[in-house]
Amino acid sequence: MRDVAFRWPGRAGFSLRVAHLRVAAGESVLLLGESGSGKSTLLSLLCGTLSADQGMLSIAGTPVSNLSGSARDRFRAEKIGVIFQQFNLLPFGTVLDNILLPLRFAPLRRKRAGDAIVAAQDLCTALGLPKGIGSIKASALSVGQQQRVAVARALIGQPPLIIADEPTSALDANSQLAFLNVLFSQAKTHNTALLMVSHDPRLGAHFDRVINMADIAEVEREMV
Amino acid sequence: MNLRLALASLWARALTVGMTILAVALSVALFLGVEKVRTGAKASFANTISGTDLIVGARSGSVQLLLYSVFRIGNATNNVTWQSYQDIAQRHEVDWIVPISLGDSHRQFRVMGTTKAFFDHYKYRQGRALALRDGLVLDDLFDTVIGADVAATLGYAVGDPIVVAHGLASFSEHKDQPFRISGILEKTGTPVDRTVIVSMEAIEAIHVDWKRGAKIPGQVTPVDRIRQMDLRPQAITAALVGVKSPLQTFKLQRAINEYPQEPLLAILPGVALQELWGIVGIAETALLAVSGMVVVTALIGMMATIFSSLNERRREMAVYRAMGARPATILCMLVLEAALIAALGAVLGLAFLYAGLFVAQPMVDSAYGLWLPIEAPSLQEVWVMLAVIGAGAIVSLVPAIRAYKMSLADGMMVKT
Repeated sequence: MRDVAFRWPGRAGFSLRVAHLRVAAGESVLLLGESGSGKSTLLSLLCGTLSADQGMLSIAGTPVSNLSGSARDRFRAEKIGVIFQQFNLLPFGTVLDNILLPLRFAPLRRKRAGDAIVAAQDLCTALGLPKGIGSIKASALSVGQQQRVAVARALIGQPPLIIADEPTSALDANSQLAFLNVLFSQAKTHNTALLMVSHDPRLGAHFDRVINMADIAEVEREMV
Repeated sequence: MNLRLALASLWARALTVGMTILAVALSVALFLGVEKVRTGAKASFANTISGTDLIVGARSGSVQLLLYSVFRIGNATNNVTWQSYQDIAQRHEVDWIVPISLGDSHRQFRVMGTTKAFFDHYKYRQGRALALRDGLVLDDLFDTVIGADVAATLGYAVGDPIVVAHGLASFSEHKDQPFRISGILEKTGTPVDRTVIVSMEAIEAIHVDWKRGAKIPGQVTPVDRIRQMDLRPQAITAALVGVKSPLQTFKLQRAINEYPQEPLLAILPGVALQELWGIVGIAETALLAVSGMVVVTALIGMMATIFSSLNERRREMAVYRAMGARPATILCMLVLEAALIAALGAVLGLAFLYAGLFVAQPMVDSAYGLWLPIEAPSLQEVWVMLAVIGAGAIVSLVPAIRAYKMSLADGMMVKT
């Protein structure tokens, strides 16, 4: 993953300009920012659910900013694992359904995953989830377990980039640490770049690099 | 697997979805039920009489003649003289002719005087003949043959005595003539079921001591003497006619309609049935339209349910989006979901219909003489179900397009 730089004059009186952002392959980066600093917008741009008006954004060598909406959706499915703050899972689906969900929209990633069900089970084991959890409904899991399933889902098929949006904010301090450890070790194993967004600077010590939103982005709010 | 997830999603909202399915199911059952009754009614209507080429009566309207001669509804305005009947019977086109004499009743059932030939020539349901369930056809002057409904309602068996009343409102009963039930007919689903059949002579016999609708005071003719009397009828109400060749039907019809001695009317039963159905059918069509509206209402209810579920499902859609689902995929999912609801509703509705038929069939049959066959769904019913599913999918486009827009705007981040 190379060279991310874009400028984005936004809508609804909100605009975000990012001069330069770069995350190397396999690198783990913590993006620190207060609420309203444009973190979410930046993530949406990275994931391709928003499209930049100007500038260049490329992920894993692909100029994402040049792709069409549905091509960006496909690209996201193939190349990016996404972990949310919470509510990551489809509550009515089983754990296995949830882990395999991205593969459904990404045939290449499915191929990379090999035997998807075995891969999912391996990930579950690696993440310290109990055996046989695959057939349990996601809604029956604890929050910590849910977040681990979300990690497994992000990792399956080895996407080159994982984007995590405050995945630890719903966890207590001990679980946070444990969660980060499994996340890091898995990302290392698969040589996956990790871009995590948080407002909590204490997490910084665990990452290769910490970037402050204020240093790279310029946010303008026009009050209407 | 997509379908499985969609089902799981539906299952997670089992209560609201179940209610929606129930609403669709009931509306589909109602619609199919009305359609079933309609086709059943139409069929049993058209099946009331077959094999008869012409019905002859005094000049009135063709529908009226059909109503009183076949359906025993209403009364003849006038009779046909015995002479006219003989003239028609002797025409060379005529293969057979059966006279009918109406005007008397037994309890709530009409009494019909006719000849034995009636049992040979009256056909229903594509040429099916009347059959006796028990007993014999009219042998004696005072023999009666009763329809299945008459027997069932009044609990009559062969050999029971029966009193035939003059006129339709039975305030004056012909107590002096000892009629006897000689036979009971099989159920036909036609007005014959509700008819008491006697011989033409019996009708005359009933009226021996009567003059102009009133009993002659003090006069009681003994049964033995009645048997000796000349009981040739003076007049008949109507006659069923069969021609030798179908080509002669219209010629005979014209000849009867232009019969100079008496104003007569000959009608083609099929045409008159069509005409009558045209009148009755409007109500049926209105009923069908109303039940169609019920289906539409149920589908709109489904649309409302999907609409109101959109907000609580924003996260679900955001997850799909984050995993790389396109907004169009979200739209398809919602349409698929609606189609599933409609399909489940339609199938459940069909099940309701069959359950309802199973329960109601004997009751409807005995109460209205309407036979609703329980058979595999007709092609038309399958089409109705497919149309409901299709309409469900189309209606769901409205909330689905909204979800499409929402998921475009929300992306994978749901702020709420």
